[in-house]
Amino acid sequence: MTISMSTPDFLIERDRDRCIKCQVCVRQCANEAHFWDEEEQKVKANDALCVNCHRCVTYCPTHALTIRKYPLEFRENANWTASTIKAIYRQAETGGILLTGMGNDRPYPIFWDHLLLNASQVTNPSIDPLREPMELKTFLGRKPDQLKVEDGHLVEKIPPQLELEVPIMFSAMSYGSISLNAIKSLAAAAERVGIMYNTGEGGLHKDLYKYGKNTIVQVASGRFGVHPEYLQAGAAIEIKIGQGAKPGIGGHLPGEKVGLEVSQTRMIPEGTDAISPAPHHDIYSIEDLSQLIYSLKEATQYQKPVSVKIAAVHNIAAIASGIARAGADIIAIDGFRGGTGAAPLRTRDNVGIPIELALAAVDSRLREEGIRNQVSLVVGGSIRNSADVVKAIALGADAVYIATAALVAIGCHLCQKCNTGKCNWGIATQNPQLVKRLNPEIGAERAANLIMAWEHEIKELLGGMGINAVESLRGNRLMLRGVGLSDRELNILGVLPAGE
Amino acid sequence: MKRVYAREEICGGCKLCEVHCAVAHSQYPHDIIKAFLKQETKPIARILVEEGRPISFALQCRHCEDAPCTKACITGAMQKDPVTGIVTNDETRCVGCWTCILVCPFGAIKRDESEHKVASKCDLCATVGGTPVCVQNCPNDALVFTDELWRR
Repeated sequence: MTISMSTPDFLIERDRDRCIKCQVCVRQCANEAHFWDEEEQKVKANDALCVNCHRCVTYCPTHALTIRKYPLEFRENANWTASTIKAIYRQAETGGILLTGMGNDRPYPIFWDHLLLNASQVTNPSIDPLREPMELKTFLGRKPDQLKVEDGHLVEKIPPQLELEVPIMFSAMSYGSISLNAIKSLAAAAERVGIMYNTGEGGLHKDLYKYGKNTIVQVASGRFGVHPEYLQAGAAIEIKIGQGAKPGIGGHLPGEKVGLEVSQTRMIPEGTDAISPAPHHDIYSIEDLSQLIYSLKEATQYQKPVSVKIAAVHNIAAIASGIARAGADIIAIDGFRGGTGAAPLRTRDNVGIPIELALAAVDSRLREEGIRNQVSLVVGGSIRNSADVVKAIALGADAVYIATAALVAIGCHLCQKCNTGKCNWGIATQNPQLVKRLNPEIGAERAANLIMAWEHEIKELLGGMGINAVESLRGNRLMLRGVGLSDRELNILGVLPAGE
Repeated sequence: MKRVYAREEICGGCKLCEVHCAVAHSQYPHDIIKAFLKQETKPIARILVEEGRPISFALQCRHCEDAPCTKACITGAMQKDPVTGIVTNDETRCVGCWTCILVCPFGAIKRDESEHKVASKCDLCATVGGTPVCVQNCPNDALVFTDELWRR
C-alpha cells in the first residue's frame, strides 16, 4: 500500500494533570479516536480519527480535553487553501465524489446580517410584550380572494389551514437520515409548543402517529412509506421537489442504515439502499405537479393543505408562481445554506441561491401577479436565531422552517459527518448503541425550550417596532434597512438602505 | 422506599455513574481529580454498568425487602435499617468473608481489598442524604431515584 498524504484535521490535547483515566472518552467516541493503552495504563488518542464533535470534551468529568485545529500548515497560498489541497488528496486516493453533511460552510455573504430592524421612537409607541398581548399565531394555507359574509356567517368555507402558535416549524428530516429518538424529540417538542415537524421522506414510524396533528407528512421522489393512513395521519402533506443543500440531486440512504424498523417504515426490504430519484419521474412540468397536488388533495378529501418544497435556484420566482397556480397551498423554499444528512460536497457548496434573495423575489412576484393570497410562503435554509425569523417575516415569509438549529438544540455540534452514520450525539445514526444516547424526553424539552425562547425574543422585537401582531410585520419591508449592500441587492430585497 | 432504577433504553454506557460513585466514596468526595490521582489506592465504584452492547445499564444494591446478605453475614456487619430500608455494611465489623457476595442475587456487592478486606456496596449515599450521586450525574437521565416501581 502506498502512503496516504492525508493529514489529521484536528488535534486532541489531553491535560495529564487532569486525566483520571476513567476512559469515558474511549467509550463515547464512535470514531475510536481515543483508546486505552493497557501496557502503559494510559488513555491515548489517534488524532486522525477525530471529527471534533465535542462528545468527549462534554463528557470528560475533569475537563481534561481540548480539541484544536491540527497545527500543520501548508505553504501559505490564498488560492490553494488547505481544504482544497486535502480534498484533492482524498480524491486521488479514492477516485470518488466527496460527501459531507449539514449545510454549506463556505464564506458566502449572509444577507440576514446585512439587514437591520426598525424600532419605535417618540412618534409611535413601542409595546412591552410582558404587559400587553402579543399575537404570533399563524395560519398557513390558501386564503380566499375575498370574504363574503351573510347573516354574520362566511358564505364560503375557508380552505384548510395549518395553525401554528409560533411562525416556526421543524423542517423535513427523514427517519433513516436521523434517529427515531431525534424524531421523537422534535415531534414531542412540536406538540408541546403548538407547531409542526416534518417526516421528510422516511415515512411515519408507528410510534409517531400520536403526534399526527403536529405532523407534516412528506411525499418525495422515492415515495417511501406513502400509504392511505400515512397521508391521513398528518395535518398537511408536503411534496418535496428539492432541498437547499442539494438542488437537483436525489437522495441515497445506504442499506446499512435500513434496519428492520426503517425498512418497515419506508416499506422497502431490510438492508437495501433507499434511493430517491433526482426528479419525480411523474413530474416534468407544472401541469404534472398540479396532478400530484390534486391527487393528494383528492386522497385526503380536500381537508389538508398541500405544500410544495423547492430549493432556491436561479429562476425561483417564476417556478414559485407556477407552483401557486398549480394549486399548492404552501410553498416551502429551502435556501442554499440548508442542511442535509448527506450530499456531494461540491453540490452543497456551489449550487442554489441565498434564501433572503429568493424569498424577496418570490414574495414580490406573487404580489405583482395578484396571487400572493393563494399560497403561504415558508422559508428555510439556515435560520439561525429569532432575529433571522423576524427578518424573514418582514421580507414576506409566512413562517420559517428550522432544522439545523433544532438539531443543535438537541446536541448536534455541526461536525458535518452525518453521512458516516457515526453521530456521537445519537442524532444522525441508526446504530442502536448511539441512538440510545439521545434521551427523547431531554431532546423534546431542549427543542421546545428553543422555540419558547425564540417566541419571547420575537415578541420583544415586534414590541420594539410598535407591532402587536406578527401579521402586521408580514411583508412589511419598511421595517428593514440594508447595510453594506449594493443598489441591485437592495432592489431585489425591496429594502431601503440604512439612513433613507 | 426510594430506590435507583436504571432505564436501559437510554443508558449510553458512559460509566460516569461509576466515576462519580467512586469519588463520592473516596477520601476526597468533593475533588474528583484528587480522588483518582492523589489517593493511594484507586477509588472503587459501588455501582456497576453491565454491558453487552448495545445493551447497558447501571446496577447497584437493590436494598431487598428480605435481604439475603443480611442473613448470610457471619458478623452482623450487613444490616438493613428498619426505618429507611437501606442495607449497609458496617466496614469496621466486616471481615471480608465474601458470604454476602455469594448470596446476593444481583451480583451487586464488590470486593474491596484496598485496605483491610471488606465488602463494598451501595449505601444510596445515605451519609450525605438527598439524591444519590449516580443519579445526579447521569448525563442522560438514565437513572431514576423513586419510591415507585419504575416502568417504561
